[in-house]
Amino acid sequence: MNAAFLYALVGVGLFCIGLYALIVHAHLLRKILALNIMGSGVFLVLVALAKRTGNAIPDPVPHAMVITGIVVAVSATALALFLMLKVAAETGRAELPEERGE
Amino acid sequence: MGDALFNIPWAVILILLPLVGGMTCFLWPKVAKTLGLFTSSVIVLSVVGLAWKMIGNGIYRHAVGGWSSPLGIELYADGLSLLMLAMAALVGLAISLYSTAYFEQSLSLRFWPLWLFLLAALNALFLSADIFNLYVTLELIGLAAVALTALSGGRDALSGAMRYLLATLLGSLAYLFGVVLLYHGFGSVDIAILAQRVEATPIVWAALGLMSAGLVLKTALFPLHFWLPPAHASAPAPVSAVLSALVVKASFYILLRLWLDIFGPLGAEGVADLLGLLGAAAVLWGSLQALRQTRLKLLIAYSTVAQIGYLFLAFPLAVGDGVAAWSAAAYLALSHALAKAAMFLVAGNLLRFGGHDRIADLDRVVERLPITVTAFALAGVSIMGLPPSGGFIGKWLLLEAALVQGRWDLVVVMMVGGLMAAGYIFKVLGYAFTQADAPHESRPVPLSMEWAALLLAIAAILVGLMATEILPLVGIGDPFGTGGVKP
Repeated sequence: MNAAFLYALVGVGLFCIGLYALIVHAHLLRKILALNIMGSGVFLVLVALAKRTGNAIPDPVPHAMVITGIVVAVSATALALFLMLKVAAETGRAELPEERGE
Repeated sequence: MGDALFNIPWAVILILLPLVGGMTCFLWPKVAKTLGLFTSSVIVLSVVGLAWKMIGNGIYRHAVGGWSSPLGIELYADGLSLLMLAMAALVGLAISLYSTAYFEQSLSLRFWPLWLFLLAALNALFLSADIFNLYVTLELIGLAAVALTALSGGRDALSGAMRYLLATLLGSLAYLFGVVLLYHGFGSVDIAILAQRVEATPIVWAALGLMSAGLVLKTALFPLHFWLPPAHASAPAPVSAVLSALVVKASFYILLRLWLDIFGPLGAEGVADLLGLLGAAAVLWGSLQALRQTRLKLLIAYSTVAQIGYLFLAFPLAVGDGVAAWSAAAYLALSHALAKAAMFLVAGNLLRFGGHDRIADLDRVVERLPITVTAFALAGVSIMGLPPSGGFIGKWLLLEAALVQGRWDLVVVMMVGGLMAAGYIFKVLGYAFTQADAPHESRPVPLSMEWAALLLAIAAILVGLMATEILPLVGIGDPFGTGGVKP
């Protein structure tokens, strides 16, 4: 087991922890953080696997993808936080209301 | 002159124009309405231009900035992309026409930039040829769609938008994880290159699982449809129309594309059967919920859940005859987009007219808004799948594929789904003819809003009559040729 594989495993672990937190927590801030942790997990896997070529020089394409991914994640988080504040201002709680009789 | 027109890079206009238009609307709100309408009209013309070019030359490719793949980003369009672009352009023009009258000044300022960004992202998605680009455009669509959902503010819209955002981000991350695995396994994100290199290894199955789960969540296939009804029902009418007609189709398109080129040829019958099973459950559950609703917008939203189910019935049927099943799915996607957008616009008209969308209190709207009710009835014909509508052609192709393969279970589901659709549509029409217990004040509905709905509904019927012209166009570049699971 080499270092890159270990990092990738950690990334998968982060993804799973984030998914768990997203499902069990009701508070919206925790849900948003959970999504960010999941995103970090994916990025970590991407960066770690960039060394798959075995050369001294890692593959640069995944790095470019991670940068794009971070930009997307930042914008999505900004929108989510803003929506959370709006929901809290409107309902008094930063939580989603229960589903009405489905 | 003819050559010059022929050589215009139409696909680039399709992405660049709405993007620039959106920014301009943001900077000069005064011109937003005119510019929005102008942009939507030019998009329709550009799709026609692209179609003209593709009829002559076949598959369209454009290397952005002169950098060809795998290093650069390539735009790619075959018949399937063209159909989706045409769908977005037609629905987009009607929505723009409707929105010029629908929004009051303060909302209008925020609507137009977001709407044009969404159109740019949709067009970019349908023209993408690599799975990472598809991820980026998918996220752009998601963010613009969520912002549009939250537009009107208020408790329902905000929490609906929040739930939608969480679902859509989760779906994208799962998809991105799949992209990462495919890149790691085969060293490319280009769909054509992946199609050549891909083998049935564990990494591909993991990618298939993650990407399908993420896209199914974003397409709102039963039982992952929980976010759709609150978001689609609480958004402003034109936004609901866009969400139901176009946004869910975007993630379905990616799933279809991946399946056709990458996963399908590997022989994943189990996954195809599972998707078909969920589709059948969606048809029955969505129709049942639609029948139970008392508010028109929720009824239409649950009808979307049911109609999405039909799209997934094509997966198990493609095992036997790929071309027939996929053509059916593409046709259903197109006609559902037109009909469902018309229905949500009708709901917007009725809300404006009576101030509510309670089905039981519609109070003889047929006499007072004849154009709107006609639009609803015509759109209903397509949703029910009655001839000569587009919905009929799609369902007929699907039914034929199921009959040929002896899949009687799917035949029964399609029949029952059609009957239930008739049930919920006639329920609305019935109340439109009768007098309500409590008559209420009414407000006038601008003509452009009524006509936008009617034109969409007429288009949903026309695509049924023009099937013999449209189906060959979809076949450009043979998108379904290698698709489907090998027997």
